[in-house]
Amino acid sequence: MSSLPTDRALLWLGALLYLAGFLTGLVALLRRTPDSRRRTWLNALLIAGWSVQMAGLYVRGLAAGGCPLGNTFEIVQFVAWSAMVLYFFVGTAFRVSLLGLFTAGYAATLALASLLIPAWDASRSERIFGSNPWIELHAALAVFSYGVFGLLALTSIMQLLQNWSLKHKRLNGLFWFLPSVVQLDQINTRMLGLGVLILTFSLGVGASWWIRDTASVDQGKLLVTVGMWLAYLIVLLLRWLAKLVSVRFAWVCLIMFIVALLSLGPVNSSRHHTVTLTPSDR
Amino acid sequence: MESQQPVLFLFGASHQTVPLAVREKLALDATRASTLATRLSQTPGITEFALLNTCNRVELYGVASGPAPLEQLATAVAETTGCSPAELEGVLQLRQNHDAISHLFAVASGLDSQIVGETEILGQVKGAYDTALARKWTGPVLNRVFQKTFQAAKHVRTHTRIGEGQISIASVAVDLAGKIYGDLHPVNVLVVGAGDIGLKTAQAFQSRGAKSITVASRTLSKAEETAATAGGWAASLAELPEILATADVVASSTSAPGFVLTEAMIATAMDRRPARPLFLIDLALPRDIDPAASEVPNVFVYNLDDLAKIAEGNLAQREAEVARCHAILAERTVALWQQVARSLGNAD
Repeated sequence: MSSLPTDRALLWLGALLYLAGFLTGLVALLRRTPDSRRRTWLNALLIAGWSVQMAGLYVRGLAAGGCPLGNTFEIVQFVAWSAMVLYFFVGTAFRVSLLGLFTAGYAATLALASLLIPAWDASRSERIFGSNPWIELHAALAVFSYGVFGLLALTSIMQLLQNWSLKHKRLNGLFWFLPSVVQLDQINTRMLGLGVLILTFSLGVGASWWIRDTASVDQGKLLVTVGMWLAYLIVLLLRWLAKLVSVRFAWVCLIMFIVALLSLGPVNSSRHHTVTLTPSDR
Repeated sequence: MESQQPVLFLFGASHQTVPLAVREKLALDATRASTLATRLSQTPGITEFALLNTCNRVELYGVASGPAPLEQLATAVAETTGCSPAELEGVLQLRQNHDAISHLFAVASGLDSQIVGETEILGQVKGAYDTALARKWTGPVLNRVFQKTFQAAKHVRTHTRIGEGQISIASVAVDLAGKIYGDLHPVNVLVVGAGDIGLKTAQAFQSRGAKSITVASRTLSKAEETAATAGGWAASLAELPEILATADVVASSTSAPGFVLTEAMIATAMDRRPARPLFLIDLALPRDIDPAASEVPNVFVYNLDDLAKIAEGNLAQREAEVARCHAILAERTVALWQQVARSLGNAD
């Protein structure tokens, strides 16, 4: 368990604020509260939750002496945090209707699940990045890209719902508030591009150190990570060539993220080496 | 002895109480409206007034020094419109004070409109007030009443679902296109058939800024005629497969006995633009578009029944909101009447 009880308390509070944001947004939507008021309350709760969560991760980071990515609990918390950061940018830039509500539900689910599964936080690898900030950056960016893919999975769900509602002529209730098919498709494509870009950069940074010490990274982790990157890259290429579009594209993005989440376990369990790089390595 | 306290009044007729044939006789063109206004401004005891004159209603809102001047209103309307007093017997209604405010609130909020919840009426009420204000027909009482009316109408519109959802076929189609494309500015619209409903749909898309309108018809001259009205291009049906590949919205309303757009045609068109959705609106009976086309990915097919069902649902939703709107307005009516009553020196 964590040596700092306050970090978990903060992370609990953050998760509950996300949940409160989701429930408030949902109730407001069902009551047809005007858009601006609904968004103000939702965003206020999400900003509060995100700030508190960041404080919790900061306390963890202080104790860990680096980026808190030492076990599944921390990685899942970081993925939820990343998704929220992206929502603040994407939601503001594209004014995507209901994305805040979906992100709130998603972040609350991830954060609460990580807090409710004690095994995820039973142990943590100490100083996993050694004293190398580049490896830390590599890991942080890799997990951040999962945050992007997580948000992509959310907008893919929104696209699937919108497509279903339009195909089946079920346009009442929540469906009417979903963004347009074209808007969701554009967001999905851009989000996929951004995720692949971040993951590529992360792997590039990692690879530049790995080639100096190939034994420092477990083969399993390497295969899973590169496999996920390659799969996302292929999906991006297929979308760019218009070979994978619409509902199929959304399904693939959703399934890919589920696979990516499932791959976190093997990646994390195979990461027990402490990378210690000497000055001569640099 | 009759009370000589000033009264706030509404005098007139609307579609709710008067059949179309009578409303035609009551209708005021610009000259008649001006004549009536001049007459009222010269009527002793009428201290303030505004004239709301639309296709569905002719209503005078005003302040009179007492009940006596109100008796001259019917004569003024009869002489202006050329109707005999017998014709107007029971046609024109008089409401006073609280009831007059209540009626104006309902009118401005679209609750008294033929199409419940429509917004055009609020603009018309504002127009009537602006005219009256500019010509100094209004005074402190009507100014307050109208300002509060606009606030009440806005409140009802933003706090209820009275104005939500389109209720005409063409507008529902445009709304649906918005759910598919969001912004309609880059959208290419193809109208198949040169009929009236196709033209109306094209015009509805044009009013929302669609990029282009193409009208395809078996007879090119008819297509050209409709295209000219809709501000678009004409094409023959032979060009359909080619145009289909670049169209985003297709509204079809021919009288052809079979499918004009088959699933194969649509699938072929989609092969050339798989990433861009295609919205097919079948406005014809018998249907022009093969319903099986809805199985093609990224293709959305809606027929007349589908659109009518959405429109009916929207209308029912609006009507369900009417009672809620009246309840909101009732509170505001009481509050305003208390203020107005003080201004009028009315103890009611």
